[in-house]
Amino acid sequence: MVSEEYGFFIDPQRCIGCRSCVASCAECGTHRGHSMIHLDELDRLASTQTGPTVCMHCEDPICAMSCPADAIKRSEDGVVHSSQKPRCIACQNCQLSCPFGVPIVFPGLEQMLKCDLCYDRTSLGQRPMCATVCPSQALLFAPRHEVAGLRGNKPLRTFLIGTLVVKTRNAIMVPDPETPLNLDASLLCDGGF
Amino acid sequence: MAHPPQSPERLRAQFGPHLNLAPPGGWDAPSRPDKVVATHCCFCGQQCGIKLKVKDNAVIGFEPWEEFPFNQGKLCPKGVKRYLQGSHPDRLLHAMKRTEAGFVPMDWNEAMERTVAGIQGIQERYGKDAFAQLSGVSLSNEKSYLSGKFARLALGTRNLDYNGRLCMVSAGAGNKKAFGVDRAANSWADILGADVIWVTGANVAECAPITTDYIWRARDRGAKLIVVDPRITPLARTADLALPLKPGTDCALTNGILHLLDKWDLIDRDFVREHTSGFDATLEAARNCTPEWTSGITGLPVAAIEQAARMWGEAKTSFLMHARGIEHQSKGVENVNSCINMVLATGRIGRPNCGYATITGQGNGQGGREHGHKCDQLPGNRDIENPEHRKYICSVWGCEDAELPGKGLSAQEIMNAIHQGEIKGLLCLCFNPLVSLPDSGFTREALDKLEFFVSFDFFLSETAQHADIVFPAALQEEDEGTATSAEGRVIRIRKAVDSPGEARPDWEIMVELARRLGRGRFFDHFTSAKAIFQELRAASKGGTADYAGITYEKIEANMGIFWPCPTEDHPGTPRLFEGGRFFHSDGRARFIPTPWRPPMEVVDADYPVWLTTGRVVFHYLSGSQTRRIGFLVEQCPHPYVELHPRMAEHCGIRDGDAVEVATRRGALVLPAKVVGTIRPDTVFIPYHWPGPLSANVLTARHLDPVSKIPEFKVSACRLTRVTPDRFPPELLELQRMAREASSLQGSIPDQVR
Repeated sequence: MVSEEYGFFIDPQRCIGCRSCVASCAECGTHRGHSMIHLDELDRLASTQTGPTVCMHCEDPICAMSCPADAIKRSEDGVVHSSQKPRCIACQNCQLSCPFGVPIVFPGLEQMLKCDLCYDRTSLGQRPMCATVCPSQALLFAPRHEVAGLRGNKPLRTFLIGTLVVKTRNAIMVPDPETPLNLDASLLCDGGF
Repeated sequence: MAHPPQSPERLRAQFGPHLNLAPPGGWDAPSRPDKVVATHCCFCGQQCGIKLKVKDNAVIGFEPWEEFPFNQGKLCPKGVKRYLQGSHPDRLLHAMKRTEAGFVPMDWNEAMERTVAGIQGIQERYGKDAFAQLSGVSLSNEKSYLSGKFARLALGTRNLDYNGRLCMVSAGAGNKKAFGVDRAANSWADILGADVIWVTGANVAECAPITTDYIWRARDRGAKLIVVDPRITPLARTADLALPLKPGTDCALTNGILHLLDKWDLIDRDFVREHTSGFDATLEAARNCTPEWTSGITGLPVAAIEQAARMWGEAKTSFLMHARGIEHQSKGVENVNSCINMVLATGRIGRPNCGYATITGQGNGQGGREHGHKCDQLPGNRDIENPEHRKYICSVWGCEDAELPGKGLSAQEIMNAIHQGEIKGLLCLCFNPLVSLPDSGFTREALDKLEFFVSFDFFLSETAQHADIVFPAALQEEDEGTATSAEGRVIRIRKAVDSPGEARPDWEIMVELARRLGRGRFFDHFTSAKAIFQELRAASKGGTADYAGITYEKIEANMGIFWPCPTEDHPGTPRLFEGGRFFHSDGRARFIPTPWRPPMEVVDADYPVWLTTGRVVFHYLSGSQTRRIGFLVEQCPHPYVELHPRMAEHCGIRDGDAVEVATRRGALVLPAKVVGTIRPDTVFIPYHWPGPLSANVLTARHLDPVSKIPEFKVSACRLTRVTPDRFPPELLELQRMAREASSLQGSIPDQVR
């Protein structure tokens, strides 16, 4: 069981795009070379901003609802797991239906794998691999009550997607509107040309 | 002459870089380790703690070392994948000689005999100093120390230098001038309580990623962040003040800040009076550096300069950090001293939450630069030209003063002397100058002129491809030892596995070679890395970098010890200069006047664009290790030229186009990466690749007169859009390898991306 007290907080404002999360996800004992983290450059022309995506672990997982083979299970501690190999038919319903774009049907494996919060680690009281190594702690795994006082921005766990209200175990830290944003260098200097 | 024996293609086929994609036996092999070894990452000066998982004498993976205080488990992607340099198909397993048919294995004894004959032949014909040694500070403290002793007492040459010359020597020289000692003034813990953090010429997010978290944690409690860099780096994206100045104008900015601090009376006059000297002359040198003047030189708005001075001047606590951006210049030392002037003027040093540091880049960039690895230095950061220092080291080494050579040439100067035919022979270890020195066309010509060239290497680097004899060396995880991190923390490197084949730690090869050169009496007692450390402790005793009180056991028990640590009961010194006491004999810090002068090369009608070079997070130095690791190559397979949309439009270039970048030294064709995050008048190229992909084809051999660091960060270039058929085949091959890696290592499929 993963303690409910421990939350996973995704804080894109801190992300430096180093892909340590992507690299380390594959190294987790049960992931065996498959990385399930998406790390996207949002618009490299405009900014170095990158966005890490790990599973939000929905209270009512859409991936599981859309699975015709009933292969996706959520454990009592709120963790949504990779598909069960004997059941998964690699139909990609989950991949298409997830509002956060998380599940991946790996070719060759013919199975959907997704972030399982490093269940082999977190169920033993360790942090997930990505949140342990993340150099900027844009991925943070910590007691929920500590985070409130730790950071200026606020965690968000309820999302309105279309008309659907999605509640999640993991949180996204809402960017602090006070934080400055430096984008085009030419606006900050006399850069010639 | 030392030409590579075969075409680059055939050498690549035999020696790589090939990509290691998975742990030994593949991802499905049993992953329960026989043992877990707590040690440190080999890539970069932060020296993050990491646990290596070992099974059947192979490193099969890692675990975060969460107890190690510096990084608490955090790792950049190089650290995560560093284990894949072990069990690598490109590893050198035997001594080799260069023949017309290529590199072929040779008997170890024969390799030793030929090397001894090669060294002695050169030295008999041309004199002792005609044989030079180049080494590197990815070596442990023990190997660094031994390199210095080996060059002086086994080779008897004064011409020893190291690749730290391309790293932080400007910081070292500036720190010695100002403080009388060369070390980060604080442990990183003091970043956390700083009210203002000033980061200049340091792409922290990519080159010192773990430092990011210290800065973000400081900002959580309200710290302001000022980032000075021609590019809006990931750290600068959310900085309170991003100052994208023109390359090569750094000390114009800092002088301008000092000018304003004085004008607005934000100087800590008591501190300046009681703990420093040279303030008046320094202020005088900045007298005309008005915001308007500073703006004209740097290209920054007057308002931003004033805001920076206000933020810095009014802070109660602060931390200033710099790295290669200001140091890799022909006025690198002046840039460093101008930063220190800003720190001293506010008196914010030597107290909790008040700090200053260079972010040392190389794995053992700090320790490796302290113990006699440089052309002008003896252990303990002693001066090879100081009679008292020489006398002490002679007493430790048991040699006569006449046996101890004097000051020699620095790294670039050694390469120049090889090119001029004054130096005829070379031993090169832990250094890949063909990729990392500027003007690589010149470096190649020089290497080709060597009459005898011996190299120690674990992979056949581009430089080692020119060697007559190559000895197979050990990886960091194949030997015991210590290193010293950017913080000044001496840490333990632990042996995880034995070296494969006949590969041996560099120190063992050096000791055997010394014996065969008839100098065994100075080296015979080195039967282990620990034995070398024992002598290093004695040799450093009484020097500024004093390790006398540091033992392996003490390091392990305390997870590192900060030098100076003069006695075994001394706890070490995380924070220097407490109480305003500096290391000069009068206890005072020095202000150093740093009047601005232009870079050695400036833009003109023929070469109208500034070129600056640097690193990416996925590669380490010359890439000899990281260009062999699948994940890292997949993320960043080859260099590119980063340019602003305004420049792109001016030159008719679109994202992805082939662009010829030309300087007075040479030209490259690289893909364009059009980004708004760089000054319009400046382009950037990362430097980790060889041959026709090497940024150092373009850079110049202009050196700082004091530190002898090359001016990698400022050149003048011109850009021309060319047709894609001009892309070098090496670039296309790397793209192919990256695609293959992507499909083989379970990466997220393209259609999902």
